[in-house]
Amino acid sequence: MSLVAATRSEYTKQFSTVGWWVLAIVLVVYVGFTAAALAFVFGGVASGQLPGASGPALSAAGVPALVYSSATAVGYVFPLLIGTLMVTTEFRHKTLTPTFLATPRRGVVLGGKFVIGILVGLLYGILGSIASVAAGAGVLSVFGIDNALGEPDTWTLVGRMLLAFALWAVIGIGVGTVVRNQVAAIVIVLAVTLFVEPIVRTIGGVVDGFGDVVKWFPSAASDALVGQTIFGAVGTGGSSSLEWWVGGLVLLGYALVFLVIGLFTTWRRDVD
Amino acid sequence: MPDGQVLELTGLTKRFGAVSAVDGLTARIEPGQVTGFLGPNGAGKTTSLRMLLGLVRPTSGTATIGGKSFRELSSPLRTVGAALEASSFHPGRSAANHLKAYARAASLPVSRVDEVLGLVGLADVAGRRVGGFSLGMRQRLGLATALLGDPGVLVLDEPSNGLDPEGIRWMRSLLRRLAEEGRTVLISSHLLAEVQQTVDALLIISRGRLVFQGGIEDLADPDEYATVVDSPDREALSRLLDERGIAYQLLRNGFTIRHHDPIEIGALAASSGVALSNLQSKGASLEDIFLELVSGVRVHASAAAPAIPDADTPAPAPDAPAADPAETDDDPQPSTALVAVMAPPRSARDTAAPTDDAAPRHSYAVASTGVIDIVPPARADEEVQR
Repeated sequence: MSLVAATRSEYTKQFSTVGWWVLAIVLVVYVGFTAAALAFVFGGVASGQLPGASGPALSAAGVPALVYSSATAVGYVFPLLIGTLMVTTEFRHKTLTPTFLATPRRGVVLGGKFVIGILVGLLYGILGSIASVAAGAGVLSVFGIDNALGEPDTWTLVGRMLLAFALWAVIGIGVGTVVRNQVAAIVIVLAVTLFVEPIVRTIGGVVDGFGDVVKWFPSAASDALVGQTIFGAVGTGGSSSLEWWVGGLVLLGYALVFLVIGLFTTWRRDVD
Repeated sequence: MPDGQVLELTGLTKRFGAVSAVDGLTARIEPGQVTGFLGPNGAGKTTSLRMLLGLVRPTSGTATIGGKSFRELSSPLRTVGAALEASSFHPGRSAANHLKAYARAASLPVSRVDEVLGLVGLADVAGRRVGGFSLGMRQRLGLATALLGDPGVLVLDEPSNGLDPEGIRWMRSLLRRLAEEGRTVLISSHLLAEVQQTVDALLIISRGRLVFQGGIEDLADPDEYATVVDSPDREALSRLLDERGIAYQLLRNGFTIRHHDPIEIGALAASSGVALSNLQSKGASLEDIFLELVSGVRVHASAAAPAIPDADTPAPAPDAPAADPAETDDDPQPSTALVAVMAPPRSARDTAAPTDDAAPRHSYAVASTGVIDIVPPARADEEVQR
């Protein structure tokens, strides 16, 4: 009945199916590849070794952080997905019936998921950070750029990325609670993260005044929390950004809004 | 030792829009016996059980377990074990991990997982993913989930669905044993034949309303046996019966005569020189009564006065001829005990049981003569996705 018991139950559920590590492998490969590619391009530009490079002038000092932050910049969809799946699988496989039979107080079940969501988010954050830092630092060293691993700012960045990952997982739980249908939830998550947000943020970067709206978007808030943004770096500068802690609170706000909506709508519905 | 609890449904109602899935259901389920919860598909059985278990919110009325609603129970899994459908599993999770997740949720020792897996005969496949389980194995795992907390109340929805005959027999004896230990056992089914050897009490609903409540022996009226007789010369036979003032009904399979036994009718025909082609006793078929109750043709007093189910009902009829031999013995194959003196022609069966045409069922066939043919279910190992 208690939150501790519900959390232990969710822990068993989460780590007794293959979903989490399949997604973790994809995360590591995807983030590692992206970080390596970014390190190659930015490192090449900044060091002047990439022939024909004519992009915005980058100082070599800013490159490592930008490369490492690809863990959240492109990898935030993974904690979002795993969080969504934590809830929608229960609907899909009708396991909410035994779940609510064991824990009739449904809010407690959601509380257990919240805790495990943060745990899995942190785990993904660690894996994503390792992937981006290892791949990025490796490629940067080829160009002779300092990998900045000795600087405290780099580790502050990693810490904020872990926080962002945890918050994204919780947002995912919120989304899953609101959108019960697993396929619909996955499609929505992918469509928003891969199309809607990038397009809107690109527009926000070029249209005057729109940037003040766009900065409140989840991925913009996430970038603000982490303190780095590829969108800012690739030419559409000018877009305003939130303070890092405001970005964190905005993400938490999104998570709570979804969770509360879910808690008072779908989560209270009849289970059949 | 777990305590059996009284389950009480009071005016339980669930409406989906304008449709009443369950309508003013009032019933009491006692501990120490197996209660069958019967009704055709869509009668509201599952919705009623889900309301009892706090999964579905009643539109009105209450359902309590030992006086408390499910949500008020301090340790729900130790109080009530339920298996509602054979598909409440994540296919990628092993049987043991499935159980472990719920043992954790209820703060039960993880050692219970192996115990219940052994109890339901799944110890060998504990580590296998549930996705590869047959329907019968899923049923067993569902039962294992229900037994996890060693509860005093068991609520099982269609528990023998998908089990092979051996599994059904095993399930019956297990349920009987659990009831004898003093637990409350409530099992739902849409087939009376499936549960009539197991249950002590019955609760029958149709279209969301209670149509019968009481002991299985209260179901059949002792007067409800009849003699079925036929002759190549039906005219002579009807004349004879008319002369004697014996009321009869002429159906395709012959004359059905109430309140006269075959010996009397046979002797009468012999003395008058009427040759007979068929003479048999038609037992009060529980299945017929069941079908009449759910279709509304028959109204039982217990449904009108549910608080005192025995007050208006006729006395039990242990000696009703051929009422239902299967009820009194443990023969797992009731078909052999139920075969009539002479089977009615196939055409008669088909027309006499119109409900079978509407919804063909594979496991039994009911003829108007009361003969229940039980066809062994298809192999339970088949992969059935529901």
